[in-house]
Amino acid sequence: MTVDELEKEQAPKPAGMGVVGWLRWSWRTLTAMKTALILLFLFALASVPGSLVPQRSVDPDQVARLFQNDPALAEWYDRFQLFDVFTSSWFAAIYLLLFTSLIGCVLPRTATYVRELRRRPPAAPRNLSRLPHHAALDEPLTVDEAARRLRKLRFRVEVGDGWVAAEKGYLRETGNLLFHASLLGLLVAVGIGSLYGYRGNVLVVEGDGFANTVAAYDRFIPGSQVSAESLEPFSFTLKDFQASYQVQGERRGQALDYAALLSVQDSPAAATRDYTLKVNEPLEIDGTQTYLIGNGYAPVFRVTDGKGQVAFEGPVPCLVEQKTTMMSGCVVKAPDAQPSQLGFLLRFLPMSNGSVSLFPGALNPQVQLLGAFSGDLGLRSGEPRSVYELAPPELMRKLTPLIMGTGQAPLSPGQAVTLPQGAGKLEFTGVKEWMTLQVAYDPGRMAALVAAATAVVSIVLSLLVRRRRVWVRVKDGTAEAGGLTRTEGSAAGFAEEFADIVKVLSAGGKDAR
Amino acid sequence: MPAEQQLAEVSDLFVVAAVLLYLFSMIGFALELAFGHSRADAVAAKRPVAVGGGSSDASSDVMEPASVVKAVEPPGWAPKAGWAGMVLGWVGWVANLGAIVTRGLAVDRWPWGNMYEFVVAICCAAVGAFLATQLRQNVRYLGAFVMVTATLGLGFSVKVLYTAAGPVVPALNSYWVAIHVTAAILSSGLFILAGVTGILYLIRGGGVSRLPARADLERVAHRAIVFAFPVWTFAVIAGALWADKAWGRYWGWDPKEIWAFITWVAYAAYLHARVTAGWRGRAATVVQLIAFGCLLFNLVGVNIFFSGLHSYADVSG
Ligand code: HEM
Repeated sequence: MTVDELEKEQAPKPAGMGVVGWLRWSWRTLTAMKTALILLFLFALASVPGSLVPQRSVDPDQVARLFQNDPALAEWYDRFQLFDVFTSSWFAAIYLLLFTSLIGCVLPRTATYVRELRRRPPAAPRNLSRLPHHAALDEPLTVDEAARRLRKLRFRVEVGDGWVAAEKGYLRETGNLLFHASLLGLLVAVGIGSLYGYRGNVLVVEGDGFANTVAAYDRFIPGSQVSAESLEPFSFTLKDFQASYQVQGERRGQALDYAALLSVQDSPAAATRDYTLKVNEPLEIDGTQTYLIGNGYAPVFRVTDGKGQVAFEGPVPCLVEQKTTMMSGCVVKAPDAQPSQLGFLLRFLPMSNGSVSLFPGALNPQVQLLGAFSGDLGLRSGEPRSVYELAPPELMRKLTPLIMGTGQAPLSPGQAVTLPQGAGKLEFTGVKEWMTLQVAYDPGRMAALVAAATAVVSIVLSLLVRRRRVWVRVKDGTAEAGGLTRTEGSAAGFAEEFADIVKVLSAGGKDAR
Repeated sequence: MPAEQQLAEVSDLFVVAAVLLYLFSMIGFALELAFGHSRADAVAAKRPVAVGGGSSDASSDVMEPASVVKAVEPPGWAPKAGWAGMVLGWVGWVANLGAIVTRGLAVDRWPWGNMYEFVVAICCAAVGAFLATQLRQNVRYLGAFVMVTATLGLGFSVKVLYTAAGPVVPALNSYWVAIHVTAAILSSGLFILAGVTGILYLIRGGGVSRLPARADLERVAHRAIVFAFPVWTFAVIAGALWADKAWGRYWGWDPKEIWAFITWVAYAAYLHARVTAGWRGRAATVVQLIAFGCLLFNLVGVNIFFSGLHSYADVSG
């Protein structure tokens, strides 16, 4: 604690000091170390609900589920912005106060520090033996010689009448100030990223393409300053998706590697190039990163309706239900089927033994039909519908079940089930894979990295450099040295260093380091 | 495959050996602590020779406690028990290290890809932090407590977290494991040393005790945290860099990230608490232990209670 802070700590309460007095008092209170400490605690405490309550930005599905299961509680959570802790106004209030306090702390300290940098080390105290570290030097020493040797040890040295004052370790305060400044820098960088950056998720099936436009995303989260035109105009096609799995041993079935073979066009005019997208190896196009974050199967189906027309044909991405075997649930909807719409609930087994999947690789893919329905699927209402849900519960009840239960033999590629009552036919024609991508653009990335790297380097300086002073007094042909460290907790280490300094001072020129 | 299988088995044996050695080491340390009084002298002999004599306000200068050397002669075997504890501790540490190295060779990757491997490595780091500190200053009195922690940690990892040697999921197949996780392990080891010392501080109370003075305990803990904090800062930032490579954002408030952040802020609060008047000693130690609690919760609790993106946390294997 410096004198500065001591004074702050004891800032007198305003007693009828008017507005200016109040402002002064508020500023002093806000920038006091105790306040900073309390704000730091609040900062940590305020993040806790972010890990207890599902967050919209991390897991929106779970938030939706909570709204469904316990609407009253969810309402309350929402009222206190508990689904968006890290963008909530109360969280912002805490960190803005903290960072204001930080500025209030760092600015005056920087001013003090700059003054101190220009000041010479203070004159030697009269009685060096009063200092925590003290030694008589073995051989007589001139003031100039002592100064020379201390300079060699990279001390800043001041010479007076019969004494030498030396100081070093200024980097400690440099580190401290720089560290706090880099925290501010980090905050700014994160702010830039969230204003001017965007994030989007999209699912792409083998053979399909993706062009980077807002409309192409399944979910798009733009910063408030992002316009639809500012998206980097690249596109690509997923030619092939390859997953490899452990075949033997206890960890059989564990994923070993995912690779998505893309054919990429950096801009509409550019030539296409091949790129293999992998986990941990994003595709970067001019600052926009594309990441591989998930994968699954998309069996291909053909639905023929009661009139003999093909009502649906194509791959259907299935939701992974069991990660170790990639058993997946699929929904096929044929809203164009005549005379009535058709819907199917299915289970995809990549390596089927007839009833369950034994392995995540598609070695013996089969599809189990769990249910086939006819009736209004509610797709015409214009409301967005999940592709993983056949129909909302209230419509589900009105559908006519055509086939129910798992009594059906599973289908292999090329096989079909014919629906009763001449309602049509479902054919399982092949297997494709899908991948999910995250596309991210964050213009604050590099700034954040620089700030973070500065923080690490400067905190090392701030914590491990010690500020210390050494004085030498020469009188009547004898010399003595005294030392003082201004860094608490490092006195033990300084005792050793002081012993070394004394050795250098005593040893004459030859051993001097 | 068989060679790797054998190496994996050797690794498992090493872990068991380390558990036993740590246990015996703990007994040695505990015996010395319980029956030996001459420790203070040993410290005095070991401590760096203070240059000059005059130290009036040098409360922070002297290393050993101001404990009075008791008139009763301690049994002659007590210091020997301490030395045996020390030797067993070193041997146990080498076995622990051996377990990690053989595991790494068996699976042909960095051997901290799941909770089991991670906890084994943290125990190694914690004991290593203790042994390294002991090289510079006498902290043998901590031995029994560090060893009991390491024994329990290793025992827990073998009994509850054990995962057979094998490859990792693609997300963990990155050189960032080497950087991020290694830093997390090293800093966790140091934080554990500080945490154990902090707990001792609270147990010790103010009076006469076989344990060293509270000020010394506090100093050891502070020193460990001063070293650990930058490493932890680095670990968190390296994690962010990895997340930037793997998940498409460098910070996304995943539960693990949240608790790493909370831990970081809590330790920063401890460091600030010490520069603020009135927040030394007991209060600072309590802050330190709160931060330590956050660290432990992040290591264990978050993996069990929350689902997140950190896929190494497959406790069941
Ligand atoms: C974002 C939150 C903050 C973090 C993570 C942080 C972290 C740190 C760390 C790790 C240290 C080193 C402690 C040491 O030297 O032992 C430090 C020192 C310091 N911090 Fe902060 N700090 C934060 C906010 C603040 C604020 C708001 C203030 C002012 C009110 C402040 C004032 C100081 C001062 C004066 C020191 C120097 C202590 C000394 O004299 O050695 N910090 N900070």
